[in-house]
Amino acid sequence: MSLPFVILALLTAAAAMGAMSLRPLVHCVLALVVSLSGLACLYLQLGAQFAGFAQLLVYIGAVGILIVFAVLLTRGDAMPPRRSLVQGRVFGLGVAVSVLGVLVWAISRSCLMSPTLPPAPVATVEQIGDALMTRFVLPLELVGLLLTAALMGSVMIAMQEGEDK
Amino acid sequence: MTPLAGYLVLSSLIFTVGLAGVLTRRNAILVLIGIELMLNAANLNFIAFWRFGANPEALTGIMFMIFAMGVAAAEAAVGLAVIIAVYRRCKTTNLDEMKLLKG
Repeated sequence: MSLPFVILALLTAAAAMGAMSLRPLVHCVLALVVSLSGLACLYLQLGAQFAGFAQLLVYIGAVGILIVFAVLLTRGDAMPPRRSLVQGRVFGLGVAVSVLGVLVWAISRSCLMSPTLPPAPVATVEQIGDALMTRFVLPLELVGLLLTAALMGSVMIAMQEGEDK
Repeated sequence: MTPLAGYLVLSSLIFTVGLAGVLTRRNAILVLIGIELMLNAANLNFIAFWRFGANPEALTGIMFMIFAMGVAAAEAAVGLAVIIAVYRRCKTTNLDEMKLLKG
């Protein structure tokens, strides 16, 4: 394992843990953005330039800002201190740790792991566009339809209350 | 540990952190953040298998990742709209206090 991978992995994992454990909601969102940036850097390190920059644009540019707006609109920081649900938290953490254990066990026992590193594949934007317009054109259209429906649906859901009054 | 195993372990860790957050935190927005983390862990798997697997020239991993990203963006938009609509009605984002079906 290379040093850049170790640094990026530590940063990403630590930021993900921060996003799930910090108390102020805005700090959680900022930690999530750091974690997503770390993932984008990992994509770039893996040679998937388009995926890395798409991650930057979509997740940090759009989803991050969307979550910040939702936090501001719902005034999440003004939440009263929650009642302690120790039982639920212990149960949730136990489930998560056991899932991690099973996954790591399966990865370590897998026979897919060849120690030889294959040569870095190239994925230029031209190739990706070509594939999107030929072989994957139907999924692309479907994603366009889905995004349009999601756009209209979210506007409808968020507006509904105002029309009632 | 081979490079692929390193990426897979990292993605399992991120998935698990997201799962733990979804199961333990009670704020609806935090649950949505946990779901985003889990989806991103899956995306990291797609890219890692594309890089270290067979036939990378078919670009299947990157295509999967792009479509998963589109679906995740739609999910985030609709989920946050639902949270805002529920907040307007119930004045809370705490999942334990959302008990009404026909509020």
